[in-house]
Amino acid sequence: MIGYTVIFGLACLTLALLLNLWRLLRGPEVADRIVALDTMVINAIAVIVLIGIADANDIYFEAALLLAMVGFVGTVAYCKFILRGDIVE
Amino acid sequence: MGKRAATCCKKVTAKKEYRSQPMAVPATLSTLVVLPFVAALLIAAFGGAQRWVHSGLAAAGSAIGLALILSVAGPVIGGDILSVSAPWVPAIGLDFSLMIDPLGLMFAGLIFGIGLLVVIFGHFYLADGEATGRFFASLMLFQGAMVGIVISGNILLLLTFWELTSLSSFLLIGFWRHRADARQGARMALAITGGGGLVLIAGMLMLGIVAGSFDLMTILQSGDIVRASPLYPVILILILIGCFTKSAQFPFHFWLPHAMAAPTPVSAYLHSATMVKAGVFLLARLWPVLAGTELYTGIVTSVGLFTMLFGAWAALFRHDLKGILAYSTISQLGLLVMLLGFSIEMAAVAAVLHILNHAAFKAALFMTAGIVDHETGTRDIRRLGGLAKAMPVTALIATIAAGAMAGIPPLGGFISKEMMLYETLEISLFGLPWLVPVVATVAAALSAGYSLRYAWQLFFGRPRDPEPQAKAHDPAAGMWISPAFLAVLAVLLGLAPMLIAAPLVTAVSSAVIGRAVPEVELALWHGVNTALVMSIIAVAAGVLMLWRHGTLLRLYEGVRHLDAKHLFERGLGMMDAAVRKAIMLVHRPSLQRMLFATFAVVALVMAEGAWIGGGSLTGTREGLPASPVAIFAWLLLIAATIAVLLNERQRFRVLIYISVIGLIITLGFIHLSAPDLALTQIAVEVVTILLLLLALNLLPKTPPVLSRPSRRWRDGMLAILGGLGIGGASWAMLTRDPGQTISSFHLANSYSGGGGKNVVNVILVDFRAFDTMGEIIVLGIAGLAIYALLDTTSRGTAGERLRTWQEDMPHSPESHPVMFVMATRILLPLVLAAGLFIFLRGHNEPGGGFVAALVVAIAFMVQYLASGFDWTDSRRRIGEHFLIAAGVLLAIATGLGSLLFGANFLTSAFGYFTLPLVGELELATALLFDLGVFAVVFGAVMQTLAQLSHISQRAARAHAARSRASSAENGA
Repeated sequence: MIGYTVIFGLACLTLALLLNLWRLLRGPEVADRIVALDTMVINAIAVIVLIGIADANDIYFEAALLLAMVGFVGTVAYCKFILRGDIVE
Repeated sequence: MGKRAATCCKKVTAKKEYRSQPMAVPATLSTLVVLPFVAALLIAAFGGAQRWVHSGLAAAGSAIGLALILSVAGPVIGGDILSVSAPWVPAIGLDFSLMIDPLGLMFAGLIFGIGLLVVIFGHFYLADGEATGRFFASLMLFQGAMVGIVISGNILLLLTFWELTSLSSFLLIGFWRHRADARQGARMALAITGGGGLVLIAGMLMLGIVAGSFDLMTILQSGDIVRASPLYPVILILILIGCFTKSAQFPFHFWLPHAMAAPTPVSAYLHSATMVKAGVFLLARLWPVLAGTELYTGIVTSVGLFTMLFGAWAALFRHDLKGILAYSTISQLGLLVMLLGFSIEMAAVAAVLHILNHAAFKAALFMTAGIVDHETGTRDIRRLGGLAKAMPVTALIATIAAGAMAGIPPLGGFISKEMMLYETLEISLFGLPWLVPVVATVAAALSAGYSLRYAWQLFFGRPRDPEPQAKAHDPAAGMWISPAFLAVLAVLLGLAPMLIAAPLVTAVSSAVIGRAVPEVELALWHGVNTALVMSIIAVAAGVLMLWRHGTLLRLYEGVRHLDAKHLFERGLGMMDAAVRKAIMLVHRPSLQRMLFATFAVVALVMAEGAWIGGGSLTGTREGLPASPVAIFAWLLLIAATIAVLLNERQRFRVLIYISVIGLIITLGFIHLSAPDLALTQIAVEVVTILLLLLALNLLPKTPPVLSRPSRRWRDGMLAILGGLGIGGASWAMLTRDPGQTISSFHLANSYSGGGGKNVVNVILVDFRAFDTMGEIIVLGIAGLAIYALLDTTSRGTAGERLRTWQEDMPHSPESHPVMFVMATRILLPLVLAAGLFIFLRGHNEPGGGFVAALVVAIAFMVQYLASGFDWTDSRRRIGEHFLIAAGVLLAIATGLGSLLFGANFLTSAFGYFTLPLVGELELATALLFDLGVFAVVFGAVMQTLAQLSHISQRAARAHAARSRASSAENGA
């Protein structure tokens, strides 16, 4: 049962990633692209967790944890750059 | 007395072989070499301490060295040769081999003894607020290098120390960095003596090959083989160039007067007993091997003779006190070289005695020149005069020393000068038996002239300038005690030579010549002979020159002289231009072109291999099935890459796409079961983006197109070809079975050998820890290089561009949103805990110092981002430079620690411990090593962040100031 769930989840996430890519490439605003990237990171975290469940291996969860913890920093930095230019003031 | 010398010589012949040595000998010898370096390190470590700490450490080092030398003096003069040897790089015949025979003993004694006096003098000479730590540390470094030269038992080791003297003398001569003449003088000395050192290396290597060994003892016994070798002339000339550059012989003499820009204690040390004597020492050391041929006698005698004459002539007309002493040093060195060139045994004895004399009186003279400079404020002899009244002690010391240099009885200089004149009668140069005696007498007369002038015009007669005269007074005893001691020595060398010098001179001469010398009779009075007549003529002519000095000076100044410095600089400039041309031929400063060349060569080599090897591109290994997710991720990667290409000029957008690429690569690592790489990739990605954004702020966001379309097409084609090549190579690799690889060894031995289950980490910190150590050193250097490069942007054209930098984007008014600040502060301990966890667990599970450092760096970078640079930086306790240095040192110390347990460098140890609550815990020394890695990586990353944001802030401040000014104008 869990196998089907994982497959379904991965299919959804793949679709989500492709849609993220679409927004990322199309824009039109820079902010759209940044949000697309951020969503992509969140989807990637989900993909990692699903791979871990599928392989029954918890070592990947740490990658997911780390990505969750620091992945947003890039997004924040992009935003700060747009808002202020200098990200460390 | 003569009898005593003779018995001494017999002993030498009897005990030529190595004797069984007491246990203390190796320790003594190693201590002698290590001691000054330890002193230098200690002084540098206490760089900020009081002056007396620095000079005290230096004095203690020199005094212990001197005591050690004295403790072995008895047996060594008695004929023992103490030696110790340990293999260092046996593959090239380099042993760490030390040997002390009478020659080495005398020089080491001079180096430590005069060194001690110079340290005492220097303590009082240097002004308050000068970098005494740097001064005494460099001085001790130099002392160690000199001692190394004179007691090396292996010529490769000797060469190492030889180069070290060139480097450390560079630091000493250029000690007053703010003065252009000091920098130029230091550079010139390094170029000449360092260049000569390179030539010497070639000569010594050939000598070692001809003699069949680099061991000094073996070489000294194979003189006949060397002289018979067809390579002998080449070896001789190469080694002579090395000696002549170091000992300032014509035509390499000109660096020495320019080295006078050094502080006077340095001059007193370098130019009396050490640096310039190194060349003389090597000539004496290799005398049994090289001397005795017509070629040797011809070259060495004529160079020495000419240098002696030329230096003495030039010295007579200098006005700077140290200039006089510089040229007199050149002349006296010429005398020594000439004596060694005679290839007569008694001439070698005279040379040995004169080395002693010269060390005593020249160091004393330099110190008195320093005292006069110190107390009157000038070194120009034309402004000084009649100082004897104001400074009687200095006058007495200087007059005695100058008398010794002039060769006036009853001082030491008289004996050696007379011996020298006596030996000149034995030699016939170019078939002319009168040439050497006549020229030597003229030179002796000139040197009597300049020595007497130094004493007379300085201390007697009428004062010429009231201003320096008014201040003149004798210094405190601390300053004159050193030269006074040397002056007493100069007197004793004349009055009681048999007592204090003869045994040493006999033993040293035997060591120079390689067999026992006939009786050495040192006395002031030998009865009336030709040498005495020559000596009297010389002194009389010297007095005459002093009397008629004005006439001679006008004569001298009427002639146009070549400016050696000018010639040197021009030659250097020409060489510079030629080298630049040669470099431009092979190394255009264009990154594209260099990359093209590199890739083209690699491609050609690989294509050739493929052509010859043949076979199909696809191997026989079976493929793995690709999951739909992997295929979609792959498409995502390609789409993002194409997006980067298409948006190449929208730099900000490109950065976002690059983030996508990094993300997909992370997923790829996880898909292929490489969690270590995935963690690293995540952290690296964030850090990269932050640093790139910092840099992008000051760069154009949409750069203009600079290259022509044809060129862009060409580069595009190249890129496609390169991509296809690498892709093909990967394909070929991945479709084949790897066979027996090193990874299977790593997998098998990771836990049993390195005590860790995480093979990647064990490879990094244990199996290949030496690689890692090299890498963190490179990373540390890169961090410091970023500092050095970006720190200069406040000056020059870069600074100008920064000051006129225009902000090119609209700004939001809120600089530090509160929500963001609060969130990041909560995040900090969490991320730090994660970092600590990753670090500690690294040995057994994915993680380790590198990833942990990046994670922790991100935690701090976020604080900079959210709360601003000033807020965060004011809470930082540890500097980045310290982190980098401490990390490298910790890694090295961990590696060295294993040596204490008799294991190889960087061998790790590990054990398991059980703690209450925590449970079983593994501790490995590799963890300490990993901590070093952590510190370096963290330091380098934070260093880069700090430097980049410094620049941005400078630019922003300049921009704000300008906009304020313009708005104020508008308002008015």
